[in-house]
Amino acid sequence: MTKPEIKTIDKVNRTLGKRYRAEKRFRLYGMLSIGFGLLCVLFLFTNIIGKGLSGFTYHYLQISVEMDATTLEISDTSDLNQILAGNYSAVVKRGAYEYFDVSSRRDKSAARKLLSVDGTGYLLQDRFKVDAKEIINTKSMVWALVDDKVDFYLKRLGEPGEPGKHEFSEKQLQWIHAAVESGDLQKRFNWAFFNNGDSAHSEEAGIRGAVMGSFYLLLVTLALSFPIGIATAIYLEEYAPKNKWTDLIEVNINNLAAVPSIIFGLLGLAIFLAFFGFPRSTPLVGGFVLTLMTLPTIIISSRASIKAVPPSIREAAYGLGSSKMQVTLHHVLPLAMPGMLTGTIIGLAQALGESAPLLMIGMAAFIPEVPTGVSDPATALPMQIFQWFRNADAGFSEKASAAILVLLMFLIVMNTLAVWARRRLERRW
Amino acid sequence: MNNSVTTESIAPLASEKTPEKAKTSNVITEENSDAYTTVGQAFSENAKMSMRNVNVFYDEKQAIYDVNLDIGTNEVVAMIGPSGCGKSTFLRCLNRMNDTIDTCKVTGKFLLEDQDINDRKMDVVPLRARVGMVFQKPNPFPKSIYDNVAYGARIHGLADRKSDLDDIVETSLQKAGLWNEVKDRLQQPGTSLSGGQQQRLCIARTIAVSPEVILMDEPCSALDPIATARIEELIDELSQNYTIAIVTHSMQQAARVSHRTAYFHLGKLIEVNETEKVFTNPDHGLTEAYITGRFG
Repeated sequence: MTKPEIKTIDKVNRTLGKRYRAEKRFRLYGMLSIGFGLLCVLFLFTNIIGKGLSGFTYHYLQISVEMDATTLEISDTSDLNQILAGNYSAVVKRGAYEYFDVSSRRDKSAARKLLSVDGTGYLLQDRFKVDAKEIINTKSMVWALVDDKVDFYLKRLGEPGEPGKHEFSEKQLQWIHAAVESGDLQKRFNWAFFNNGDSAHSEEAGIRGAVMGSFYLLLVTLALSFPIGIATAIYLEEYAPKNKWTDLIEVNINNLAAVPSIIFGLLGLAIFLAFFGFPRSTPLVGGFVLTLMTLPTIIISSRASIKAVPPSIREAAYGLGSSKMQVTLHHVLPLAMPGMLTGTIIGLAQALGESAPLLMIGMAAFIPEVPTGVSDPATALPMQIFQWFRNADAGFSEKASAAILVLLMFLIVMNTLAVWARRRLERRW
Repeated sequence: MNNSVTTESIAPLASEKTPEKAKTSNVITEENSDAYTTVGQAFSENAKMSMRNVNVFYDEKQAIYDVNLDIGTNEVVAMIGPSGCGKSTFLRCLNRMNDTIDTCKVTGKFLLEDQDINDRKMDVVPLRARVGMVFQKPNPFPKSIYDNVAYGARIHGLADRKSDLDDIVETSLQKAGLWNEVKDRLQQPGTSLSGGQQQRLCIARTIAVSPEVILMDEPCSALDPIATARIEELIDELSQNYTIAIVTHSMQQAARVSHRTAYFHLGKLIEVNETEKVFTNPDHGLTEAYITGRFG
């Protein structure tokens, strides 16, 4: 009796089930990884948005303020110096006493402490700068900033343990709740957060200084790294002879991309500040340092996109008698541009979120003024977030979360821009 | 058909079949490989280009051995031979396209009229304006049809006014037989055309510079038979005004379009003769073996 012949198809069928099971498992691993990633992103976003959104609002108390020229110590409304030196706190205090209807020294002090007298004073000053003549010696309604303790307490009403409640006396609590019920004490959008620079008081602190600082930083970085990076990439790809020197340069560029950013900060400290003597804490020097950091990213991605230009296009252009520069400018560059732009924007997005190198060149200082140029002392968004989180004051950590949202928004906008630029400029062949 | 048939096994075969040819069917072996003399008519009295003692190396590897060839004025010379025989390499030497390959070294004299184009001092930009090239794969620029044709004229400054440029574009497209198909859509991208149209666009782009010589590197290998027939017709028309060197894998094509045919084998120019003679009564056993389909 001979062994029965086994057909190939039977052999195949026998292993088929096992193969399909392996296939399914393989797909499952991939789905699990993606699911885990998505879960983390979801958690991060809900956490940050939950905490950060409250930073965009603040509680204001509507009081009527008598803009009395003698109390303000302003005799001439056209004199800017007088307006800047005006005693706005005094009129705000008076408005507060009037609103809470207090006369004793103790009650006055308790009422005063519910408001941010200085912060409201700055708001008034801003109004006087615009039209002092109109409002002097009038009585007008003012949305006064409350003290950050009041804001903290009201934002957490209903939470277990009543956080912040112990800061107030019975009388103050009564006042607060009465004002909330009457609608005079309201949560409003916090424009000050976008209009002010940094401040020692959380209710006055804003991100304008940091946003402008980051803007100037990126401006300097873009202006330097884009042309230098692309010129380097073009030279290395199209012109440089292939010898050990260019190999050495290539290896070094690739290595630079992996150097920790704080090292670039040290380099900037040693070269730009110590040797060249550029002013510290300025976006100019920060931009130099971030340029050094961004260059490898731009060069590597630009070279890759130049390499990806089909050789047939180059040959066609050379075959017609184009010079090397004409081939590069007319054919290679337009085709490589989407990739170059993507690389540049990714490099800039990295630079926007960078804080370590800025730490080394003094951009971590407390700078309340909004910078107006690249040589003004400034700080940057990530540095501002770091400083606010470090602050023990509860009002600041809320601001930090809000600033993170702003930073994330900028990054999303930049990445969208990168995708758009790629789609827009991409040509098919 | 087996590609790896060696020359040693072919030559006796050829001599068995046609014993009277045995004396000319030189067997190429390693010993005498560097000293090979082409049979047939490699030279022309009315030469547009004359190549003498051409050797080409890729690094250490020699790709072309001591080739001598003339291309006559308004003549179509076809170069045939099995893959890797050096015919494309030789063609690309004629307008110095091999310059873009770092490892490629070319020696010998390449006279275009009386100028040695292989001289290192020779400027390749005007050279390539005189010797244009059409490639194997249609490679229009990712620009409009108009800009594709106008590009060469623009970079060489051939037109002073917009109307001159329009004329160049129109006549070039007409010569390439593409005008009627594209005259209403000159602003559409060149890549939107069909493969055959793209190749004719590339030919129009080349003749827009008014070159004296046109090199064609397997111009029909990516095209269907109808598009191929159209290009072959075109080559015939162009040969009235231009000198053409064409590399092709199709022997029928070589027979149809060329005046003389050069057969390359392993980097050597084996035989050059009138096309009709090559395909009916070749002088060399290797040529006969190739055209009768015994290898290649």
